[in-house]
Formats: sequence, C-alpha cells, structure tokens
Amino acid sequence: MNKTVALWLAVGWAGYAVLPWYAIDDGFFGFAWFGGFPASIDSAPATLQVMDHGRAWLLPIGLALVAPLAVLWRGGDKPWAATVLMTAGGFGLAYTLAQGFAIGLGGWGFGFIESAFGELSDRQFGMGYGAVLVFGAFLFFLTQGMAKRGAINGDVFVVGSIGLVIALIAAFILFPVASILISAVQDNDENFAPALFFIKLLSRDIWGLDCLTSRLTCGIAWNSLLMATLVGAGTTMLGLAFALIATRTGFRAKKILRVLTVLPIVTPPFVIGLAVILLFGRSGVVNTFLEWAFDIEPTRWIYGLPGIWLAQMLAFTPIAFLVLIGVVEGISPSMEEAGLTLRADNWRVFTTVSLPLMRPGLANAFLLGFIESLADFGNPLVLGGEYDVLSTSIFFAIVGALVDQGRAAVLAFVLLAFTLSAFYAQRRWLGRKSYATITGKGDAGLHVRLPRRLTWTIYAAALPWAALTAVIYCMIMFGGFVETWGFDHSFTLRHYIEAFSIETGRYGLVWSGAAWNSFWTTLEIAAISAPLTAGIGLLAAYILVRQRFVGKDAFEFGTMLSFAIPGTVIGIGYILAFNVPPIEITGTGIILVICFVFRNMPVGVRAGIAAMSQIDKSLDEASLTLGATSFTTLRKVVMPLLRPAIVAALVFGFVRAMTAISAVIFLVSANYDMATSYILGRVENADYGLAISYSSVLIVVMLAAIILIQRVVGTRRLSRRDGQQFGLEGSAA
Amino acid sequence: MTIGYKAASVQFQGVTKAFGPVVAVRDISFTIEPGTLVTLLGPSGCGKTTTLRLIAGLEMPTSGRILIGDRDVTKLPATDRDVCMVFQSYALFPHMTVLENVAYGLTVGGMAKPDAHAKAEDELELVGLEGFGERLPSELSGGQQQRVAVARALILEPEVLLFDEPLSNLDAKLRRRMREEIRDLQRKLGLTSVYVTHDQEEALAVSDRIIVMNNAVIAQEGSPHELYENPANVFVADFIGDANLVKAEIMSVNGEIAVVRIGNIERRLPCRGLSPGEVDVAIRPAAIILSNDTSVEGMEGSVLKATYLGNHIEYTVDSPLGELFVIDYQVDAALPRGATVSIDLAERGITLVLDEA
Ligand SMILES: Nc1ncnc2c1ncn2[C@@H]1O[C@H](COP(=O)(O)OP(=O)(O)OP(=O)(O)O)[C@@H](O)[C@H]1O
Ligand SMILES: [Mg+2]
Repeated sequence: MNKTVALWLAVGWAGYAVLPWYAIDDGFFGFAWFGGFPASIDSAPATLQVMDHGRAWLLPIGLALVAPLAVLWRGGDKPWAATVLMTAGGFGLAYTLAQGFAIGLGGWGFGFIESAFGELSDRQFGMGYGAVLVFGAFLFFLTQGMAKRGAINGDVFVVGSIGLVIALIAAFILFPVASILISAVQDNDENFAPALFFIKLLSRDIWGLDCLTSRLTCGIAWNSLLMATLVGAGTTMLGLAFALIATRTGFRAKKILRVLTVLPIVTPPFVIGLAVILLFGRSGVVNTFLEWAFDIEPTRWIYGLPGIWLAQMLAFTPIAFLVLIGVVEGISPSMEEAGLTLRADNWRVFTTVSLPLMRPGLANAFLLGFIESLADFGNPLVLGGEYDVLSTSIFFAIVGALVDQGRAAVLAFVLLAFTLSAFYAQRRWLGRKSYATITGKGDAGLHVRLPRRLTWTIYAAALPWAALTAVIYCMIMFGGFVETWGFDHSFTLRHYIEAFSIETGRYGLVWSGAAWNSFWTTLEIAAISAPLTAGIGLLAAYILVRQRFVGKDAFEFGTMLSFAIPGTVIGIGYILAFNVPPIEITGTGIILVICFVFRNMPVGVRAGIAAMSQIDKSLDEASLTLGATSFTTLRKVVMPLLRPAIVAALVFGFVRAMTAISAVIFLVSANYDMATSYILGRVENADYGLAISYSSVLIVVMLAAIILIQRVVGTRRLSRRDGQQFGLEGSAA
Repeated sequence: MTIGYKAASVQFQGVTKAFGPVVAVRDISFTIEPGTLVTLLGPSGCGKTTTLRLIAGLEMPTSGRILIGDRDVTKLPATDRDVCMVFQSYALFPHMTVLENVAYGLTVGGMAKPDAHAKAEDELELVGLEGFGERLPSELSGGQQQRVAVARALILEPEVLLFDEPLSNLDAKLRRRMREEIRDLQRKLGLTSVYVTHDQEEALAVSDRIIVMNNAVIAQEGSPHELYENPANVFVADFIGDANLVKAEIMSVNGEIAVVRIGNIERRLPCRGLSPGEVDVAIRPAAIILSNDTSVEGMEGSVLKATYLGNHIEYTVDSPLGELFVIDYQVDAALPRGATVSIDLAERGITLVLDEA
C-alpha cells in the first residue's frame, strides 16, 4: 500500500517539478524542447512556472502533492491516511481541472470570472507531460484512499482501474459530447443563445416535409430516418434469408457465406460505395453496356437514395447475418418439434413458433442496421448527390463553403438523439429478451425443415444478392488494374505505380508513391491504437464481469456508449473539445489514437465479457487467497485464458482503425493523413483508379495483419496443449 | 494434539454480511482454536460459503469484526491475509502444469522458480502425487485434482486453511477416503482448518467441533458428540443424524433426571433444565424397537413402508405418536408392509429438546 503511494508521489513530483508543465509546440513526442529546458517559459516545469514566471495559480497543485507525504512517513495503517489521500487526490483533481478551464489562451476562460477578479494579463496553453503525470498521481491518490476505506474489498488495483476507466471515458467521450451540447446552445461567438438553438433545431431544412407536397426535398432529419429505416429493414430481411439458408437448408456452399461475414470488417465502408459507382455510375459498367446495346441514355440515377441504400445494404447485411444466425440457431429445436407433434405443418410451425421466437432478435438486427446507417458517412459522401443526410451535413457545416459551427453542433445533437434512442431501445427493451430462447446446450432435437415456398423465396432473394456482393468485391480487387472505368478497359499497372512506387535514389530507397505517406501513418496509428483498445476494453470487461460496485450499470453504459455515437459526432466533438486548452491535441497523431481507442472500446469490452464469463470466478479467488494481487492474477491467470478474446480485440482495434473514416476526416492534418481520408480525397477528384487500387491494398494488408495477430498471440495458447476445457467451466461453489 | 507453528485462531465478533436486501450471515460470533478442524454445517443457502469467504477476505463484512490470531483483519483484502482455500471446483489453473499450480503461491510471493518448484515437488509427495508434476490439471482424475488443490493450499503453510465442500465432486467411496486423508494431514501439520459441508456424516467424521448454521445464524456449536447427544433445538436434532420429533410430557423432575412419558412408555432422561409439562422429544431412528410379537408391552402400530438397504431396513411406522422413521439392523427378521407391530423405545438415543431457537 505505502509502496504504491510512494510510487505515485514520485510520479506526481516528477510531473510537477521536473517535466514541462505545458504541451510543447512540436508535438507530444517531439524533443526539441530540451533546448530551452527548464528555464524557458514554454518548457518550464510547474515549480519554475510559479517561481520565475508568476503563474501563482499553479501553487495549490504543489500543496496537494505535499499532503500524501504525511501518509508515507507516519500513515501506515492509520485510518486518517485514507482521508488524507482522498482529500489530496480529490482536491488536486478538481483544482487542476478548474484552473485549466478557468485560464485559457485568452486569459480568463469565462466572462463571470473576469468580472469578479478583473482582467488577467497572463494566459496558458494546453497541458503537457507534467500535467498528465500530476493528474495520474491525483487520480490514484483518490482511488487508493477509497480502497483503504474498504471500497471493493480494499483492492487498490481494482479501484484504481475503475477510476482510470471512468476518468478516461469522462475525458474522451463525455467531455466531447458535452462540448457539442454546449456549442449547440451558443451562437458562433460563444454567447449563450438558447433562442438561436431552437431556431436552428427546428429549422425547415432539418424537419421540412416539402417532399410530400412538392418536388422540393424533405428535411435532412427525415432523409436520415427514412434511409436508416429502409436499410434496417432491408438488412434484417436479407440477413434473415442468409441465416436461414446457412442453418436450415441443405445449401452446400455454407462456408462461402461465412467468408461473406468477414469481408465487411476489412472493407472501409465507402469502398463499397466506390465500387457501386464504378458499376452503376453514369459511366459505369452497367450504363455503358445499356447505352451500347439499347441506346439508353446514361443517367445519374444511382446518386441519392438508391445508391446510398444499395451501398449500405451491401455493407451492413453481413452484420445482420451475424446477429441473426445466432438467433436462428438459438431457437430450441424441441419447441419446433413440439409444434409438429401438435399437428401443425411446417409452414404453421414456422409462422407460429419460430418466427415469434425470433422477433426480439429481428428487432435487434433492425436497430443495429438502423444505427449503422445513421452513422455511416463515407457512402452518403460519395453517393449522396442531392440527397442530404445528417452525417454528411455535419461535415459540410464544418468544412463547407459556409462554416457554421453552431449548425454542425445542432445537427450532431439531432443525430446523437436518434442513435442514442435506438441504442437505448436496443439495450433496455431487447438486451435481455433477445437471448431468452437460447437454452445453451444439450438440445438433441432437429430443426424443422423450412416450408418449401419459403425456401424458394429466400433463395430468390439471397442468391442474386450474394452474386452482386461477389461482383462488387471483384470490382474492388481488380478495378485498380483498369485504365479508366467506362471508357478504356485496358489492363494497366499505372494506378498501383502512382500510389506505391518505390525508387532507388542516391540515398537508398525512396518511397515515391503518392500513397506511402498516408499508408505508413495509418499503419502506425492502427498499430498503436490496437493494443490500447484491447487493453482498456479488456480491463473494463474484467471490472464488469468480476467486480461488484455501486454504479456498475452506469459504468457499463459508459463503456458501451461510444458504440452509439456516430463517428461524425465524435469527430466534431473532438474538434470542439480539444482545439483549445486545457487538452489541446488537434492536429496531432495522439488525437487519432485516442479517437480510435475510445470509439472501438466497446468491441474489446464485448469480446472480453463474453470470454471472461466463461472463466470460473473461483480461479481468480484461488489466486488471491494464494497471496497474488489482483494485478498478478489478471496477468498470470486471467490473461492467458483470454487469448481468443485478446486476438479478437486486437484484430478489431487494428482493422477498424484502418477502415474508419467518419471521425477521422475531422481529425486528420497535414502531418497525419490517414489512408481512408486520402482515398476519399481521390474519389472527390474522380480519380477512381487510384482510390480503388489503394483500397484493395488496404484490404489485403488487413487480412495479412489478422493472420499475423492470430499467429503471434494465438499460438501460445495452442502450445499449451489441450487444457482449455477444464476449469473454464468448473461449477461455481 | 499438534499445533502448527503458524496456526492461528479465528474469531468472529458479531459479523453480518448482507448482499443488498439478502442477509447471508446475521450477527454471528464464534472462536476457532488454533490447530483444530471446525466444520460449518447446514442446509443449502444458510450462509456457510459466505462465512468461509469472509474468513478468506473474499468478502468484506457489512458489520462486525474478524480476528485472525490477535490481528484485526476486518478490512484486510484476501491477498494480504495468510489464509488459503481449497475450492469446491478445485479452481486449478488450467493453463499451468500441476507443478506450476502448486508452486504458484510461492512464485507470486517472490520465491525463485527453482526453489519453489523443489518445494512443490515435496508437497506433491506429501499428498501422494510424486511424478505428476508435468501434467496439466485436465490430465488428472477428480481425486488427483482434489489433492493438487490441497497441496497448492498447504504449501504456503497458512495460518488458516479453508475447505469449501472439497469433496462434493467425488463419488461416495473416494469421498470417504479423501476425508480421512485430509483429516490426517490436518492433524499431522496441526493446521487451523475450517471445513464447509452440508453432509452431516462427513462433518461428524472429520471435525473437532461443528458449527451448525441455519438461515444465516448459528443454530448450535459444539463437539460432534455434544451435537448428537444434546441438540439445542429441533433443527439441530433433525439435521444431525435424523430424528423423530414427538410430543411428550415431563411427569416429574428429580435433580438432573426427568421422568418423561412418551405415548404409554416412561423413560428417565437428563432433564436439561426443563420443568414438568409438555415437551418435544427427539428419538433417533435406531432407538425405536419394533417387534411383531404384539403381546410385548408397548405401543401398537402398523408398518406403512419398508425399504431394504442391505445392512439395515428402514421402516415408516404409523403409531399413536404419529408417523415414525425407524432403522432396524435385524435384516433377517424383516417385517412385511401392513404388519401390526408393537413399538418400544431403547434406553439411549432419546433426548429432550429445548425450545426452538
Ligand atoms: N454474491 C451474492 N449476491 C447476492 N446474494 C448472495 C451472494 N452470495 C450469496 N448470496 C446469498 O446468501 C445466502 C447464503 O449463501 P451461501 O453461498 O453462503 O450459502 P451456502 O450455505 O454456502 O449454501 P450451499 O450449501 O448451497 O453452498 C444465499 O441466500 C445466497 O442466495
Ligand atoms: Mg456453498
């Protein structure tokens, strides 16, 4: 216990007295500041800021760092030690935050403080290394104090982990979302303007219904809702068709169906849109053929609702399939057999037993498709045409001709309200029910064969669709080898050379291709964020599965929340929150990493929860009673048994960092351009050849990475022979 | 009796543990002497496991104090207590070999691996598993796994050793053998041990003392003999060794001895501080003597059910006292169903029961 206090005291003092307090201009990982260190005002630690640069408001932070010394010298097991730690930590956190927000780039951050204290001549920048360490120290003083008071069986590590996860979620999910809400009720000069908020919120271009009565377009909100509903319904029906084919028919090529489910994971969503353009666009394959064969004038019909719908259907049907295959398999055969023995025929059993049992699962799939469609950004961007939806409108409100931050915030607010409602419905209303029919194991019956007319219907729906998907992926893989789609279909390597050429120059290899820069950045950012995503996700899962504490439900909601926040909303939230001190990280690589980690965390949490619930809790407890700390237990007992979940979380963290676009497009900068935003830029310039060849390379790289991760992390488990079954399912005492 | 050099006492002082609205353990107090084996016995859900986990530090009490030795450990987490536990599911780490499992406590405590493994080898020998060190737990039989779990707990020579229904996954024969082995080891090493079971025979066989729990409180505490001979209340009488509870009347009390009228039979029993009047009497099944010779003095009854069990027969008999459960070791003279019998009571195996606690 006191060792931990000593450790964090050392960290805290290093942050306060040794390292630069403020963020350094040339980036978090730049080390040019060593030149002026420690005397210059930019790189001075807090102690010198107070003494030499007159920033007296940093002094109380130091005082809060003194108090825990008492615990170290005299505290031992005394009860007052907990109080001292909690007070020092709590005060330190609150005060450091308060001063960070109160004093910004332009002196006082809030008008009312200025009127109270008079004008402040000084100002301060974003927090740097020093502040981060001091924050960590205060946070862990607080949690150690709470553990000493007996929270969570007095477990310092667990209380600390909970504190850490909460702090991170607050900083990187709740704070950005709150920034949007605040920005939504302000005018563009940051004055409180609720009236303006309502004007913007209720404006005609969001909620207008002109399309019902005239040829004008409807409001963006209606557009988004219509699209999401169509996509949700469509993906659910097709997903169900595929799920039924995979589980209830004698269809031979079931393996191929499984492959279909992997593809969308490794495909940046808008790449589908791109392929759709190449296929159905004005000069796409289909139109060219029609014109040549039947003299039909090519049109731009694909742009707008039909195109977005088609692309999103292609992108999200596999997700519905994944959800529904579990639902269909989960229906206990004996229920259907019971129906048969009661003299119902196949058709009646299906409609009166199977389908009602699937209903919660179907609703679940629908809501997932609904949320995905609302959040999708890339496809509407490349295929939208005149059809505006919320996610793209937010983007154009920030980067378009008419920059209107307030409007972006209001639109983000509306979009967030939609997705959160769907998310809430999914969890509260269906979360439990959807598994009610899954009996777990040992149900010996056979599923009832589908009625014949239904079989033919689903074949008729699903197989052409599968064929279309195959064509689309062929376009993606081979489209890059064609000179110009629609005009000149001769074979060429031109696009690959333009993107990925390597030359040997005077100083060795030169990465002269246009794509290399963003490619390496993407790989680097993805490789950094994947382990962090897996780490924090599994830590949160461990806390959720293994610990009991007050507010656990809220904690769980917080960890899963970012799933329901569309990327565009997170993007604009990050810009609003992190463009100014105290956390000033826009334009860096860090903001990209943080964004990925917190957007993808729910995947790690889910994988972890699923895997950890299967490991008997008594294994942890045995380790604890044998004198291991919970950290050692996590490392030596839980982690080795979690290898499959670790692989899953790493793969997802990596792949989604490479394919994401919606949030990324707000956060990229000249130094840190990502592959997806680069490709999208090319699409906007109608440079389809390069865009599609780059996309195919990304897909291949991701597949390779998945295999690599599985090799590196997965093999150790296999070499542990076959001890997997035992103990994992040992009965709880 | 040997007392291990580290063996410590365990003391509960008014300990309560509530899970939200559910009170799993209510205001219990007891002391466990160093070097003894004490059993927590009671029906399912009465709070035995919770009590054990409170000793281990896997749960923190809602109120009350827990002492191990002279030290107040109420707020001390499991990691920092010198207490080891053998789990019902054994909880062997499936990804470690037997040797690594046994050495685990030593290695996480900072001992060098070779030393820890050498010591683990010795420990395996103690439980009769030499040569099994390189196997995985999944490659052992249930009984062997159980021994590994014991070895893993013993190796740290804890102040207190806890067993949570350690034998419930084993078949009846193995259970009998393992409980002897555990008892021998415990005696040899003089360990303070707390043993949870809901099998009263197991409890009687291994314990120095037994704490009977019911509905989150202690129903009675005492040596096996005390509990069997002098149950404090109806629950204990019934739970330990089965009993027929019948109404009777104390006719007179003479010093320590009461004259009790049970049906039409009179017996002289230790009065246990009771005064004349109505009273509950516990009659052990083997203390009821049936005979088909109705001329014998006694109550008259008829056999409702007869179950042949090899070395004894179990009867359900209808009598003026109500239905009686009877065990008869005279297998040769089996009584048929429906037979009219005369019922007599033995001199031993009958106790007055104090008021319900
Ligand atoms: N984590 C928990 N949360 C809520 N209630 C609990 C928890 N653990 C135990 N209980 C409740 O406390 C009571 C006592 O449980 P305990 O596990 O101690 O019983 P037990 O005597 O060991 O029973 P068994 O013989 O079935 O193992 C039960 O009513 C149980 O439902
Ligand atoms: Mg139990």
